[in-house]
Amino acid sequence: MSGELKLSRRAFAGGLAGVVLSRRASAQGFAGLGETETGFAPVVPGKAFSFPADHGAHPDFRIEWWYLTANLVDTKGNACGLQWTLFRQAMQPSPQREGWANQQVWMGHAAVTRAHTHRFAEVFARGGVGQAGVEAKPFAAWIDAWVMKGSEQTRDAALAPVELKAAGPDFSYALTLEADRPVVLQGEAGFSRKSERGQASYYYSQPFFRARGSLTLDDKPVEVTGKAWMDREWSSQPLASDQTGWDWFALHLSSGDKLMLYRLRQSDGHDYPFGNWIFEDGRTRQISGADIQLKPKTPIEIAGRKLPVEWQIAIPSFGLSIACKPLNAHAWNGTGFSYWEGPISFDGSHTGVGYLEMTGY
Amino acid sequence: MAERSPIVLSVRNLTKTYRSAGEQISVLRGVNLTVAPGERVALTGESGSGKSTLLHLIAGLDAADGGEIRLGEILISKLSDAGRAALRRDRLGLVFQQFNLVPSLNVEDNLAFQARIAGRVDAAWQAELIERLGLAGLLKRYPEQLSGGQQQRVAIGRALAARPVLLLADEPTGNLDEATADDFVALTRDLVARTGCSFLMVTHSTRLAATLDRHVTLHAGLIN
Amino acid sequence: MQLATLLIGLISATALWSGVQAINQQARNAYDRAAATFGGTRTAVLVDRNGATFSQSIFVNLRRAGWPVSPVLEGRVQVGGRSFRLLGVEPVTLPPQVGNAPSIVRGALQSFITPPGETLVARETLSDLHLAEGTSPLTSNGTPLPPLRVQPELVPDVLVVDIGIAQHILNKAGELSHLLVGKAQGKPAPLESVVGDKLRLVQPNAETELDRLTDSFHLNLTAFGLLSFFVGLFIVNSAIGLAFEQRLPMLRTLRACGASARLLNTVLVIELVTLALVAGVAGLVCGYFIAASLLPDVAASLRGLYGAQIPGQLVLRAEWWFAGIAISVLGALAAAATSLVKALRLPVLAAAQAYAWHEAQQRWLIFQGAVALAVFGVALALLVYGNSLIAGFGLLATLMLGAALILPAILEIILKLGQRTARRPLAAWFWADSRQQLSGLSLALMALLLALAVNVGVSTMVETFSRTFVTWLNGRLSADVYISASDNAQAIAIRNWLRQRPEVLAILAGARAETHVANQPIELLGLPDHPLYRERWPLLQSAPDAWKRLLPGEAAFISEQLSRRLNLGVGDRIAIPAPGGDWTLDIAGIYADYGNPKGQLAVNIAALIRRFPDTPQTRLGLIVAPDQVPPLIAALRQQFGLDDRSVADQARVKAESLRIFNRTFAVTAALNTFTLAVAGIALLTSLLTLANSRLPQLAPLWAIGVTRPRLAAIELLKTVSVALLTALLALPLGLLVAWCLVAIVNVKAFGWRLPFHVFPLQLFELLVVAMAASLVAALLPVVRLARMQPANLVRIFANER
Repeated sequence: MSGELKLSRRAFAGGLAGVVLSRRASAQGFAGLGETETGFAPVVPGKAFSFPADHGAHPDFRIEWWYLTANLVDTKGNACGLQWTLFRQAMQPSPQREGWANQQVWMGHAAVTRAHTHRFAEVFARGGVGQAGVEAKPFAAWIDAWVMKGSEQTRDAALAPVELKAAGPDFSYALTLEADRPVVLQGEAGFSRKSERGQASYYYSQPFFRARGSLTLDDKPVEVTGKAWMDREWSSQPLASDQTGWDWFALHLSSGDKLMLYRLRQSDGHDYPFGNWIFEDGRTRQISGADIQLKPKTPIEIAGRKLPVEWQIAIPSFGLSIACKPLNAHAWNGTGFSYWEGPISFDGSHTGVGYLEMTGY
Repeated sequence: MAERSPIVLSVRNLTKTYRSAGEQISVLRGVNLTVAPGERVALTGESGSGKSTLLHLIAGLDAADGGEIRLGEILISKLSDAGRAALRRDRLGLVFQQFNLVPSLNVEDNLAFQARIAGRVDAAWQAELIERLGLAGLLKRYPEQLSGGQQQRVAIGRALAARPVLLLADEPTGNLDEATADDFVALTRDLVARTGCSFLMVTHSTRLAATLDRHVTLHAGLIN
Repeated sequence: MQLATLLIGLISATALWSGVQAINQQARNAYDRAAATFGGTRTAVLVDRNGATFSQSIFVNLRRAGWPVSPVLEGRVQVGGRSFRLLGVEPVTLPPQVGNAPSIVRGALQSFITPPGETLVARETLSDLHLAEGTSPLTSNGTPLPPLRVQPELVPDVLVVDIGIAQHILNKAGELSHLLVGKAQGKPAPLESVVGDKLRLVQPNAETELDRLTDSFHLNLTAFGLLSFFVGLFIVNSAIGLAFEQRLPMLRTLRACGASARLLNTVLVIELVTLALVAGVAGLVCGYFIAASLLPDVAASLRGLYGAQIPGQLVLRAEWWFAGIAISVLGALAAAATSLVKALRLPVLAAAQAYAWHEAQQRWLIFQGAVALAVFGVALALLVYGNSLIAGFGLLATLMLGAALILPAILEIILKLGQRTARRPLAAWFWADSRQQLSGLSLALMALLLALAVNVGVSTMVETFSRTFVTWLNGRLSADVYISASDNAQAIAIRNWLRQRPEVLAILAGARAETHVANQPIELLGLPDHPLYRERWPLLQSAPDAWKRLLPGEAAFISEQLSRRLNLGVGDRIAIPAPGGDWTLDIAGIYADYGNPKGQLAVNIAALIRRFPDTPQTRLGLIVAPDQVPPLIAALRQQFGLDDRSVADQARVKAESLRIFNRTFAVTAALNTFTLAVAGIALLTSLLTLANSRLPQLAPLWAIGVTRPRLAAIELLKTVSVALLTALLALPLGLLVAWCLVAIVNVKAFGWRLPFHVFPLQLFELLVVAMAASLVAALLPVVRLARMQPANLVRIFANER
């Protein structure tokens, strides 16, 4: 039955208030979710972020996630990537109810990608009893045995150091994440607009994580090190009904700068690109849609769909022109709500690694 | 009783019509026939002339449409079904082309069957019949183990064991080869003479017919 | 004629077989549904060592340690005066491998888990409650259930709600009764490191508990279905054999004209398969109706015996249709095998008869007799070495097969003796002809023998059981009024109230606890120390001073089932897990506990409560002056709001138990009738087919001077007397079958052995029924003979006109 319960994912990026309860529902588009956000807290500009409180859950908002991706190399120099995601979805607005009556539903996704293999797992939990949840101080986000956990040493501003753990039937990992810069507010001081019609979310990231730990595939552990990026986002508003999916990039430039890019695809063929350049020192500059050229190359067939796993990206105002390639073209998460999520590398005017997510194909 | 009657069998103006495929077929159209005591009569005629029908009517196996049949003083044509059965049991002997022995009984029991049913078992006569018919070695056998000639001899023995007034035979040699047929008819003649009963035999063989006292022919439903 | 016979045979064989299969399938589907709802038997579960509920924090701790567990809380609630199983589940963590568990499809999850939630029920439950979907009935203690919603996969009498709602309704906040274990994502921590020794892992059973319990019942049904199937095949076999004999000349002619044996056989097989397909479809339709008409009885039987819930609506699968048709075709081919082999080897020219009929028959009888003896040998081996239910049924099967095979030989001997004594010619012919007919009738007679023997066996067993049960019930139900309070507090209140009533002569407390021994659930029954119990309790065996030894809690009585299962007798000891540690008990007696699939131990009630302090003490038995019973019950109802299920007088409990019992054997009785009917049809069709071939044998007798009515009367007498002989032989065989059922099959299937009784009147009745059946079967061909026109008989002699 758990297979029937599908939480979609970043999805909501736009506020696609993402619990869809079956594959069929998600296939029908997200229009069904466009109806109402009545009773949930609204996303409005000008919010003052406060840490550690905002690291914790915001149950008054419909959806929320803690989304971490890492680009790693093992001791032999082989690239690999991993994903750890915790989603929260409120089935009904506040007030929050106690125990099993609690309206929160949680979903975890974890994945490991190497050049020739991609493993993933999915778990679900109800709120109110402690099976899943997020605490702000000391920081802890968990679902079953999957955790992202801080300690007394964790600095609120940077949300570091934290420990990360997850296990699927055929993989597991454990990482320590360290960062020496504070988290970065995306959009307009954390207010991230997702369409011209008002859809928006609160959005901040920690793109400066350094990761170290071990990765186990089929009972064979390897030591890994690398970079990680965490996105924190919450919202109550659904995506616009004509927005069919999105392509999302989180890029670690070898210069130490970070680049976040996405486009929301619309059924009329127009899309809504957006970007944020994060300098090595933590300053950010928003990039307007007109300045972003996101060009998918020829799509290839994966899991019965056609997906463009290679991209040509240009941002003339930053002198950026790169070609992105996936580490593993078949990084398909065949979970309840299925999507492509995997490590990529790029070269051209800039080089580096990153993560790409593609949904709605 | 039979010896005292001047005539054993008397058939007068006998008619019989069959309905077959919607058509009326007059098989017998006023047959007249008498058989004297001890007389041995052969009845011939071409196929379909009604020989067997006449014999079956005389035996009371079937009922006539018109005319009368008398066996001694008994008017057969007026008897009930049960009366005709009793008549066959007590006064008639029947032999058929297909032998029609009782398959579940052995030769000995078949021979004695009619006499026993009629309640007229005569052990000496039975023994004589067995001897004359040459069945002594076959008494424990069952009909299906016998040759045609042997079976027909058992049938004759069964018919005569109860000392009938009249022995009726319907093509008794039809399933026998010529030599066996000749032997059979000769044996029957002797036994009939020994019993003192009358004998009416339907046959298509004029050669065999010639060996009996009288030979009548049925033609177009009439005896000339 | 042969065509009709063939079709009747195939149709009845297919119909009964597929009818029984349909019922079995229906029942198994129901068990699957039940199992899916239980979750527990098909899925590994974690339960408290003492069977108690436990805190849901254990669930959270296990999840966080990587255990893929899903919480379940179970309890009983009363709605509209009926008791239901309330199942609280957690749909989000429910393991997918739980099977066709209530599936909460899209959109439904939210309405199921968010207030007011939903109560999932089977359609049957809804109609039982006379409620519409969407209504929120109140439980007996006034708590509203969430709105009802139909979930077709569910079994009846189960209410499924969200775990949190169940905790509220059952007043067990934060408590769970067990955890379903799914497939682990990673490598969970060892169980002990998370929960200590509080919980116990119960591995899933390949079969559900219901499967196991009801296996014997279904084996029983299948055995009946098989029996009917073989009886039907007997009919087919004789019809095909006869048709073949009649076609021999034609086949010879065709062979003489150059058709190969292979070609002829192919044509014959095609013809047969076509017929079998037609008959198979017709049989399936009949089978459907048989199953549909038997289903209520089956459902009642299963409910009565095991509490298994079977929906009354028959649902058929495509496999069933294919299997039915296949069995029809295979059956027809098997029944035709001998004839087909004969056709294949058919010489072009008819050979002379090597043996007389009686010699051939002799050889056949000797061969068949030898086979029968071999089969009896197997039966003996099964009796001596067999130790399972299957062996018990095997013994029954071989016994009956052997008896059927040897029947013609025995009849032959009897008829031969009769023939020797016969003096009168017709009598001699009567015996001789009966003997000759034996080969033609033997299959039908064998069928009759089997059907009768099974009837005798089963009805003897049922009657035995019935009498034993009534006596036993009288012993068990010693109190005059039975009360079941809703909880301990109410029980104490009732008790205090009763003490004030002068008409109540004694209050006998009772209690039941559950534990596990050797991985089997075991009931512990607390008995009060009262002279009435000492007098009446139905002990089968006891040690000296048995009741005295019970008192201090050092000894127990063991139910017959459990004593057989654990191989424990008086004087042995048993250790049962109790909350405070193992409880070792001497077995001081064995008692009959008919109808209870669970093993039971009876101990002193005070001792039981000492060892199992959580045991609810809600059962009370009262000794009351007889004329005071109705007013007392009325007063109790009024005072404590007790319903029909909570208070009952002895007469009602007894009547209810007897009703359940009687329904338990309803199917057996119905199938009995069906098999007897099929045997009757077999006899009728055999006689009808024989009737035609009998004419040439009867005609000479008629020609010699035996009247038609007399011949008909003899024919009738012959058939009926052969049937009578068969029936008389069926009686001892039936009693043997009954003995096997009582002493072997019952013991293996249910765990109890009944005293063996013979009921002559009942046997006589059956004999009369059998004779009536064979009379009816024989009458039709005989009446035809008696009424036959002489012209038809003359035709036998006619070679020309």
